[in-house]
Amino acid sequence: MQFRIILQRVKRERLAFVSLIYLLILVLVAFFARYIVPFDPEAQDLNQVMIAPNGSHWFGTDELGRDIFTRLLLGSQAAIQAGLIAILIPLFIGVPLGIISGYLGGIVDDLFMRVVDAILSFPAILLALGITGALGVNLWNAMIAIGIIFTPQFARLARGQTLQVRREPYVEAAKISGAGPLWIMYRHILPNIASPIIVQASFSFSLAILVEASLSFLGMGAQSPQISWGGMLHQAYSMIFVNPFMMIFPGAAILLSVLAGNFFGDGLRIAVDPKIKRT
Amino acid sequence: MFYKFLLRRLMYVIPMLIVTTLVVFSLILIIPGDPALALLGDNATAEKLAQLRSQLGLDQPVLIQYGNWLLHALQGDLGRSLFTGEIVSDAVFSRLGVTIQLVISAMIISFLIGMFFAITSILKPNSWMDYVARFFGTLGTAIPNFWLAMLLVALFSVKLGWLPATGFVSIFENTGGFLQSVLLPAFCLGAFGAAQITRQLRSSLLESMDSDYIRTAYSKGLSLWPVIWKHGLRNAFLPVVTTAGLLFGNMLGATVVIESVFAIPGMGQLAVNSILQRDFPMLQGVVLVMVVMVLIINFVTDVLYSILDPRIEFD
Repeated sequence: MQFRIILQRVKRERLAFVSLIYLLILVLVAFFARYIVPFDPEAQDLNQVMIAPNGSHWFGTDELGRDIFTRLLLGSQAAIQAGLIAILIPLFIGVPLGIISGYLGGIVDDLFMRVVDAILSFPAILLALGITGALGVNLWNAMIAIGIIFTPQFARLARGQTLQVRREPYVEAAKISGAGPLWIMYRHILPNIASPIIVQASFSFSLAILVEASLSFLGMGAQSPQISWGGMLHQAYSMIFVNPFMMIFPGAAILLSVLAGNFFGDGLRIAVDPKIKRT
Repeated sequence: MFYKFLLRRLMYVIPMLIVTTLVVFSLILIIPGDPALALLGDNATAEKLAQLRSQLGLDQPVLIQYGNWLLHALQGDLGRSLFTGEIVSDAVFSRLGVTIQLVISAMIISFLIGMFFAITSILKPNSWMDYVARFFGTLGTAIPNFWLAMLLVALFSVKLGWLPATGFVSIFENTGGFLQSVLLPAFCLGAFGAAQITRQLRSSLLESMDSDYIRTAYSKGLSLWPVIWKHGLRNAFLPVVTTAGLLFGNMLGATVVIESVFAIPGMGQLAVNSILQRDFPMLQGVVLVMVVMVLIINFVTDVLYSILDPRIEFD
């Protein structure tokens, strides 16, 4: 289906469209954060420690007097990066492997699916934690780990979709006309299985934001002075008996972003489904 | 017939077990550079490095390493902690009970809340109760569990002082203390599952309440509750069994976060601590035991599903 038609159909899903706009703004903020922040994120002001939101510090300050709004804007970078990397790795590794496995079939496919099933039986966040721990604890490795744990899902989805289309007439026709398997997979199978994969990618995007926040909260992701919403919450948790309000905004930012990803995914699923009639 | 089915399912678990052990073992292979150096740090002596290499079998070919590791693991020997020298299997199993108590409590909470919302929402579609249930179903899958935990701790521990913010009391020591200490963590661990069950059960209940046998049950003169209970739920519950199996693995993983927030001495906290201390045998032990538990639960839910669903034949 064409991009413009999909966009039109997403527009009709009001919640999905609002979410899309929120996500686009979030991406813009992440790109330009360092130019638009009102304060230096590391500037401490020990006269203004943990003050409540006011005219100059919109979201208040943390226990070192740093501006929370500024840090929140910069924290979007870690979230957006995690979301993008976590879908790029499975798109470029999982999807091709899934298509090849489904197209070839036979023992290759059997073996491949056993491996995918086995990896999927790991509790995702535990495996991400293990991989991060092995690679070395930092934000970059945490994002790679998240990408790796999402890969089997994409492989399985691509494989299942490939099984459905590989006997279609257009694939047979391409075969007869002498096209090689790689060309068929790239030119005829991939475009026809793209829709559900794109939908999966939008859900994975929001899940990645959630997992990145969890890992950074545990101290396994962003390391100071890198700013991440999860890390800000970790910091806020140590102050919970002193000043509980510090936790409100970073948590709300995570929740909103994850919700937006999910709503957009829901809308996209309806938009790309040819079975649902246009009203 | 049934035993043959069981056996075949069990045979399916074996290749899974081989691959999962391979993955757990491989964790040590992806440490960049020299693992011994990475684990001990830059100021380790050459002697200590050599000792660790032979302790972990790093001086042997990879396949032999894996074989040795697997042989020992099969006998319950997962090595020793690099940090405390503690036997890994002892450390893991001493924390297993805590984590299981927590996960089972979370599972019970998920089911209670999920069933409550699903049933109230289908009584009157598009009523305010339905909207509350759908709102909960949406929110519960998106809220970060550690943030939920922090909000509840701020309210119930810091402000009201009703429940402890940290710690854990085993159910076998003191039931009242257990309930008090487990309520917040189990709710935060179970919120995602509760939302999932609400969504799934709601849609499958809506579908099953619309079918012919429900109309038949009504026309026999049965009233609302018996119809929901005996006919609606019974059929709507099948897909929930599969969901519950998946949720188990999910919750087991989420204990790494929740146990850290509430300072609960379970396996999740052990996993986090062993990474912070670069204690690799311990990390591998925790991951292995958790994934084996997941495989067992998947096997059980598979079998349970086929027993509950009369349409599945065993041959």
